[in-house]
Amino acid sequence: MPTLHDILSTVLLQSYNTRIVVLGTAMLGLASGITGAFLLLRKRSLMGDALSHATFPGIGIAFAVMVSAGGSGKDLLGLLTGATISGVLGVLCMLAIRNTTRLRDDVAMGFALSVFFGTGAAVYAMVQTKPGAAGLESFIYGKAASMVFSDVVMISVVGILVTGTALLLLKEFMLLCFDEDFAASTGWPVLRLDILLLVLVTAVTVTGLQAVGLILIIAFLIIPPTAARFWTNSLRRMLVLSGAIGAMSGWLGASVSALFANLPAGALIVLTAAAIFLFSMLFGSARGVILKLLDQAKLQRRIGRQHLLRAAYEILETMGQPVSNQPIPRQELLEHRSWSNAELSRLLSQARHEDHIEPGTGADTSLIHLSESGFGEASRITRNHRLWELYLITHAEIAPSHVDRDADLVEHILGAEMVRALEAELKPRPAIPSSPHRIPSRSSSSSAT
Amino acid sequence: MLHEHPPDCPLSVHDLTVAYQRKPVIWDVDLNIPEGKLVGIVGPNGAGKSTLLKACLDLIPKTSGWVNIYGEPYRANRHLVGYVPQRESVDWDFPVSALDVVAMGTYRRLGWFRPVGKAEKAVALEALEKVGIAHLAGRQISQLSGGQQQRVFLARALAQDAKVYFMDEPFAAVDAATEQAIVTLLQELRNSGRTCLVVHHDLATVAQYFDWLIFLNLRVVASGPTAEVFNDDNLRKTYGGKLSLLDHAAEAIRRS
Repeated sequence: MPTLHDILSTVLLQSYNTRIVVLGTAMLGLASGITGAFLLLRKRSLMGDALSHATFPGIGIAFAVMVSAGGSGKDLLGLLTGATISGVLGVLCMLAIRNTTRLRDDVAMGFALSVFFGTGAAVYAMVQTKPGAAGLESFIYGKAASMVFSDVVMISVVGILVTGTALLLLKEFMLLCFDEDFAASTGWPVLRLDILLLVLVTAVTVTGLQAVGLILIIAFLIIPPTAARFWTNSLRRMLVLSGAIGAMSGWLGASVSALFANLPAGALIVLTAAAIFLFSMLFGSARGVILKLLDQAKLQRRIGRQHLLRAAYEILETMGQPVSNQPIPRQELLEHRSWSNAELSRLLSQARHEDHIEPGTGADTSLIHLSESGFGEASRITRNHRLWELYLITHAEIAPSHVDRDADLVEHILGAEMVRALEAELKPRPAIPSSPHRIPSRSSSSSAT
Repeated sequence: MLHEHPPDCPLSVHDLTVAYQRKPVIWDVDLNIPEGKLVGIVGPNGAGKSTLLKACLDLIPKTSGWVNIYGEPYRANRHLVGYVPQRESVDWDFPVSALDVVAMGTYRRLGWFRPVGKAEKAVALEALEKVGIAHLAGRQISQLSGGQQQRVFLARALAQDAKVYFMDEPFAAVDAATEQAIVTLLQELRNSGRTCLVVHHDLATVAQYFDWLIFLNLRVVASGPTAEVFNDDNLRKTYGGKLSLLDHAAEAIRRS
């Protein structure tokens, strides 16, 4: 087990070797986070997966060629050139299947991915016996620890080039991903932009093979932008976040992998990214799950409050004109809407909490007495609700686009003039218009029970 | 019946045929559209209305024929063209604001690499103002209603500041207030000398909205001023035996 000192010295990059590895993977994470965002928005993530798997045979073949040419077969540049060629061939194969047959994208992708990966496995088995082949498997699962300074230089150069290109062409890529037809109609070379995006993705994938491995590099392209999307609705912020999440996954993942000699870096980087993803999914400030649940609960509470106060007001209306604030039998409230006893109790204690009913009456008393502010709120809500309903009836043709709000916003959305006009239609009782629909009367509801 | 094609025509189409996978989608289309008209393109589903627009915009290959914008091929005069694609053709969950989308209308003038600046934002905001939703400029596009999204697309086309507009079903699934706003906008465009070609579905309003009509059903059934071509005969030739539609149209004719 690593000691605390080991952990600190690794995470804080105190040893030269860790510094190299972590710098390299973080740089890679940054570049893949940014290109991955565009790939995701272009809905081409699957293509990245086909690409990375299809690099496998290229690595084996490049190795065999280099060995038979008399070299050691371990020249990184040579291996990555092989990977690039076969990766691109894999994507072309996928595109060819898609464009010449009626097969769908996922079928074409599955075919290209598995056939190329299978070929890679066969080639690997054949070259395995050759001297020096032992390191090749690190391209499958990634072995960041084997990185040396020159590797990091290469990753950094590629990373900076890729990131720089993506940011320079931010507006062009945004247009391409959002509306390809419009881009083409205004004269942007859509095909060439698409190819350029693919080149960037290929560059990130191939340089990432050594650190993350060909099976898991796709996670580096997909997870950071997906996680970033939970935090923002702006493309620029999403790119920054995605790059940061990628870099952080690379840094933490590679650090942990450096502590445990046998754990592959690729796996740990993916797991780190997945942890960040999970956190973002739950707590994301733009579309996180918890935020959504909170919003939902808040809406539910507001609607519940409106229903309760409106029901109370409608009952008071039946108790005599002019409407005055008097105690309401709980039983009548219960029958006024389809509330269960427990639901009504919850609404009442909530109303008690908001000072809408008098202290001393509430969830468990048989008479409910609205407070002064509760009565005012009840008449306001009832009035607004009726104005909405009337607006729907009198302006049915334009109403649906305006009436997606709750009772609170009637003046805000319709404007004072329209509200005055609606109120005029509701005379002779302008303060609180009578309901445009029939309210079940006291006598009928009590005779039903 | 091939026509002459005067060079000052905003749109002239000569002998156009478009085919997808062995099957011709539209054939022998020959059109001259005069300047400053609101042109409705009508026809049943699958008649090739969108295909005609896309072929005019050079988005799909032509099997034969040519299309000219003000007497030149599309490539040479595309700066004179504005395009409103079908609303469903894009993903409205995309992480951009209404203003970002409208600013896309200025990208071509902006050119490579240069980011959207103050001037472009002002143009975009002005366009949003014209379609009546400037107050929604900063809103993420998924939080807009269908009608508002359609207005964003129209604003983007306005930001293009074109002379000929191609609009693919701008009235599809919008509320009546938006429909009215679009009609007003189209009339303003026409009154300032622009030409608008609009794919339209509602035969009940077509005669009221447009002053020139193209009846399309794989080939051009009729093209001309609404008063001359909007009649029972052309409707029957375009829509065939689809009776419910014909009743609809008959009613519209009675009203007009």
